[in-house]
Amino acid sequence: MDAFSYTYLIPLIPLLGFLFLGFTAKKIKEPVSGYIGTAGLLTVFGLSLYTAYKYFFELGLTDDKYQTVKIAIKNAWLHFSDKLAIDLGILIDPISVMMLIVVSTVSLMVHIYSLGYMHSDTGFSRFYAYLSLFTFSMLGLVLSSNLFMIYIFWELVGVSSFLLIGFYFEKPSAVAASKKAFIVTRFADMFFLIGILMVGYFGQSFDFETLNNPTTYETIQNWIANHQIFSFMGLSMFTWALILIYIGGMGKSAMFPLHIWLPDAMEGPTPVSALIHAATMVVAGVYLVARLFPLYYHIQGGVALQVVAVVGAFSALFAAIIALTQEDIKRVLAFSTMSQIGYMMLALGVSGFEGHEGLGYMAGMFHLFTHAMFKALLFLTAGAIIHAVHSNFMKDMGGLHKYMPVSSIVFLVAALAISGIPPFAGFFSKDEILTAAFEYNKLLWFIGFLVAGMTAFYMFRLYFRIFFNKQTDYGDHKPHEAPVSMLIALVFLAAMTVISGFIPFSTFVSADKIPFHSHIHWGDPLVIGSILMAAFGIGMAYLMYFKETAYPQKVASAMGSGYKWAKNKFYFDELYIFITHKIIFDKISKPIAWFDRRVIDGFMNLLGVTVEKTAERIKFIQTGRMQDYAMFFVSGVIAIVMLIIFFR
Amino acid sequence: MIEGVSLFEIMSLTTILFFIGIYGFLTRTNLIAMLMSLELMVNAEAINFVAINKYLSPAVLQGQVFSLFIIALAAAETALALAIILHLYRLTTKIDIKEVEELKY
Repeated sequence: MDAFSYTYLIPLIPLLGFLFLGFTAKKIKEPVSGYIGTAGLLTVFGLSLYTAYKYFFELGLTDDKYQTVKIAIKNAWLHFSDKLAIDLGILIDPISVMMLIVVSTVSLMVHIYSLGYMHSDTGFSRFYAYLSLFTFSMLGLVLSSNLFMIYIFWELVGVSSFLLIGFYFEKPSAVAASKKAFIVTRFADMFFLIGILMVGYFGQSFDFETLNNPTTYETIQNWIANHQIFSFMGLSMFTWALILIYIGGMGKSAMFPLHIWLPDAMEGPTPVSALIHAATMVVAGVYLVARLFPLYYHIQGGVALQVVAVVGAFSALFAAIIALTQEDIKRVLAFSTMSQIGYMMLALGVSGFEGHEGLGYMAGMFHLFTHAMFKALLFLTAGAIIHAVHSNFMKDMGGLHKYMPVSSIVFLVAALAISGIPPFAGFFSKDEILTAAFEYNKLLWFIGFLVAGMTAFYMFRLYFRIFFNKQTDYGDHKPHEAPVSMLIALVFLAAMTVISGFIPFSTFVSADKIPFHSHIHWGDPLVIGSILMAAFGIGMAYLMYFKETAYPQKVASAMGSGYKWAKNKFYFDELYIFITHKIIFDKISKPIAWFDRRVIDGFMNLLGVTVEKTAERIKFIQTGRMQDYAMFFVSGVIAIVMLIIFFR
Repeated sequence: MIEGVSLFEIMSLTTILFFIGIYGFLTRTNLIAMLMSLELMVNAEAINFVAINKYLSPAVLQGQVFSLFIIALAAAETALALAIILHLYRLTTKIDIKEVEELKY
């Protein structure tokens, strides 16, 4: 539709910003490059808000339904066959508009925050160039109109994540972390690509609009019923394609067992962790499942969706357990992110499709939205604390409340939000997830319920240990409140965290695009239960950590090896190193390398050596005397003539 | 047809001429003498062309035209060879082939 044709500017502005800042990074100095990047993002933010307003209120409902708007930039950009072609286009529907708001808001806040945080860093301009690249890729990802485009941008966000994790490239740990993140996500993306190709082959389209059309998935269902032979382990090829696509999403969203890169990714600058590894890029997997939700729900009775739910619930629990024991504040937040993304996956996995049954879908998207706000806030506050204390570890902190009152308050807001205490944003979205899970499966609900308590506990453990607990002696170097630019971002996000829970989300986003009404039933035992659970977690944290007590030590020793396992992240890094080094490298790669060096190279060397040795032997023929050559020539001619004459 | 002379006699003459040329080319070390031997071989061939043309198909003149070409080519080739020899002489002050054997392994 023409009314939205300006939307191509939304990803284009950060791209131009990246090119400009990238080419002039050496010439333009701080803070001009930061202002340029921020100005670009401000434009994008304005455009996103305008788009949201236009989409939800001006265009509004047609036949009680939000319509999908597709703007074709280029039709049949890649032409495979008459039926199968890749277009370049922009897709605007409720979830992409919601993601536009999330990405542009958080990115703008991170841009503003970094003006203070990256102050007097040598790579200031480079940092802003990378941020613009990331923002461009992420906005492109949300606006993609087909699977192939989303894959292109998927890789672009992967690259920008790689660049930003390895931003301090003189630090070996940062380099290792960036490589790890890149390799793990690339490994998952391989499955994603296979899934895309399978969807293209069996579904005859890459286009989201076509794929999510009821006629398409009915055709696919009929095809599955008639082609039982195309199945593996009882699941049809199309279901496998969806599962493979989900593995791609698992890699990006750090779901178990591909989560190992996320904690290490905290080596990057803290604003990057807030933007990429908390609010936007890591929820790309959730977004991908939501994008293809009709397919996940309808194909083969939603088997693929059950996988999503189980993986989500398990990751939520797994990460929450690890988060209880970590000492590095950024790692606690990283595992918390993983746990919350698990929540979103769980919500999508338990969702139905029509009307109020689609509560889970709506709740997942809602949680994505609110989580982006409060988790970005938590990370940015953590950045302010690290900036003040110059350490990532909780043992170096304590009693910071009196030095950094603003940070303390915004951190408290965010911690209350993530714990699910009303009226903060996290309460509404988390409660809807739990309601949806309760209707679907009691075990999944119980996991979610348990995780809610654990979340409250580890967040307040963090809060009390940073801002209260012992009075650490900071010596001459007293911690100080963050500069204004950082505080602006913090306060804005805190305000968002407070108000965003009251957005009537279900009237905007739903699985079948038909708005419905959902309320919190305050008297419902489920609601009261989850609030009590959160309060219990907070209370436990208060008892153990508000003052310096001996309880944490006692609990840790009572847990015995369980504590040790959780603290060492269940030894998953070691397991991966074992698998890659001891099994893949030693047992597979080394024999192959030996075969290559000894047999293949050996044969080639043999050929070379033979030729060389032979040449060494017969080179005396080349005397350099013309008459010798003539002699050979004449005798050769004579010999041939003789042969012809006598042996004809 | 030339009265009293058979093709065999003419061919014998050219064969002898040709092998004298080969002998000279292989044995003489003076470049000028080798060039002269080369000319002998070329001339033997030119005679062959004319004779065979005359005895096999006297109606057409291709063989004779060829021999004219050969003569022209031989002249050009001689000029070129002499230029090379002259240049070699300027470089090394020798025209003895045994003394000039740089182009070996």
